[in-house]
Amino acid sequence: SKHPDPFHTLREVEILDAKTREKLCFLDKVEPHATIAEIKNLFTKTHPQWYPARQSLRLDPKGKSLKDEDILQKLPVGTTATLYFRDLGAQISWVTVFLTEYAGPLFIYLLFYFRVPFIYGHKYDFTSSRHTVVHLACICHSFHYVKRLLETLFVHRFSHGTMPLRNIFKNCTYYWGFAAWMAYYINHPLYTPPTYGAQQVKLALAIFVICQLGNFSIHMALRDLRPAGSKTRKIPYPTKNPFTWLFLLVSCPNYTYEVGSWIGFAIMTQCLPVALFSLVGFTQMTIWAKGKHRSYLKEFRDYPPLRMPIIPFLL
Amino acid sequence: MGRLTEVAALGSGARAARWAGSPPTLLLLSPTSPGCAATMASSDEDGTNGGASEAGEDREAPGKRRRLGLLATAWLTFYNIAMTAGWLVLAIAMVRFYMEKGTHRGLYKSVQKTLKFFQTFALLEIVHCLIGIVPTSVLVTGVQVSSRIFMVWLITHSIKPIQNEESVVLFLVAWTVTEITRYSFYTFSLLDHLPYFIKWARYNFFIILYPVGVAGELLTIYAALPYVKKTGMFSIRLPNKYNVSFDYYYFLLITMASYIPLFPQLYFHMLRQRRKVLHGEVIVEKDD
Repeated sequence: SKHPDPFHTLREVEILDAKTREKLCFLDKVEPHATIAEIKNLFTKTHPQWYPARQSLRLDPKGKSLKDEDILQKLPVGTTATLYFRDLGAQISWVTVFLTEYAGPLFIYLLFYFRVPFIYGHKYDFTSSRHTVVHLACICHSFHYVKRLLETLFVHRFSHGTMPLRNIFKNCTYYWGFAAWMAYYINHPLYTPPTYGAQQVKLALAIFVICQLGNFSIHMALRDLRPAGSKTRKIPYPTKNPFTWLFLLVSCPNYTYEVGSWIGFAIMTQCLPVALFSLVGFTQMTIWAKGKHRSYLKEFRDYPPLRMPIIPFLL
Repeated sequence: MGRLTEVAALGSGARAARWAGSPPTLLLLSPTSPGCAATMASSDEDGTNGGASEAGEDREAPGKRRRLGLLATAWLTFYNIAMTAGWLVLAIAMVRFYMEKGTHRGLYKSVQKTLKFFQTFALLEIVHCLIGIVPTSVLVTGVQVSSRIFMVWLITHSIKPIQNEESVVLFLVAWTVTEITRYSFYTFSLLDHLPYFIKWARYNFFIILYPVGVAGELLTIYAALPYVKKTGMFSIRLPNKYNVSFDYYYFLLITMASYIPLFPQLYFHMLRQRRKVLHGEVIVEKDD
């Protein structure tokens, strides 16, 4: 006689709408070791408009989303599992968003730099600024965004595949809008170079370059923390690269260096819109850094106590 | 824009907090763009400047009430009573002026000190949200109060020629009635004795007052435009040391334009809240 082995019985999964509790899908003969990702794929078959990336499945209608890697039989469910579905809305890949939001500023700034027609008066079309700092600023700004594009393609390892589609509109408005606003003034025929002249520009350039190198070093260090294709999280530590020694004092030195770069750029151009962009960016990155810092603290008992989220000792 | 600050209460602290924890999307941008105060307002939560959850008035268990410390409760009660009194004084002053003079000309001038004092004092409401004694989103309250401060200080105070426009009286009346209703609502909620008619007033007056207030504000800004253009006030031209320019005239045009997306969103949000609170309708909010 055959003993029914509870660990190998096939399961049933019913999927209900988290808001209306309407029964959306019933899957039978599901392997107990099936992952949520596999269940999402099965669900897509009956509801093709909800591709896996826009599905949020959870055990409780108001609870947290289950992860793709979670295994059915490890969840606190009976032989028939009830999962609640929430539509996350149209999704777009992170890579796509990053490439779009960074390519914009690169291109837009150059439109102003080359004084393309209809921006400034006609007599200025395609003219060139007589101030060295304006050319330098173009190089720095362009370098910054080229670096970001390359990092998106070759360096970063994203934990999430997608984000809501509306984010691309929000993010692009922000990046493209500010880029245009800054570029307009820096490349304006009536641009006024920095008060302290070459000294100020040299100092600012040094800050900018150091912070760009620092930011890149941190991105590389973070990449090396996580093997390709994995989603593991580890505490980042300083490496041989002196730029990474900021990890001793701060959880998110990449943000610290990023703010530093923009402060450098603001001093270099002595342009108030740049300072405002730096301020807004700083505020946003502080929110992210605090969140990241909190997750680190929650996840790792032995997290170094000296570290602050973004500014050593302060913030 | 001086939105009837009814909506100040209808923010979502939870939602703002949720945004802060999500992966890198530009959350800040959302809250500061014109559409945002409305989007943030479109949530189920109804924070009040008092301590009681509105939706909780009739249905939810007492345990769901915010636990406020004694000091916080005492302060908020004092604050709301003071504000109710202040706007009452303003209302009475306006009525008396009109009865004595028979005209609206000079009305703004006679009440401006009181108006400025109490409207500016409302900045404290942002602090209340920041320190958490009021469950509303800081950003929504910030936008609300800022728009009022903008109207009072950057329009009527700064552009003297428009002070005698009828539209000024229009929004002053709308604001006054709204604020008296709103602050007394909070006061009574805090004291745990909310008369139904105050709740009724709060959720019905806005239907007329909100459009009236918006009309008054827009007409006032519109009347101010020629003076702003002529004087070039609050504007900076190039070239200057900080390589920035600002044209107040265009800023005002953009501000006026931003009412178009914002007003309907906020208005319909208020209507949904009204159906929920007064008629106990269960409304399934749109997913984000």
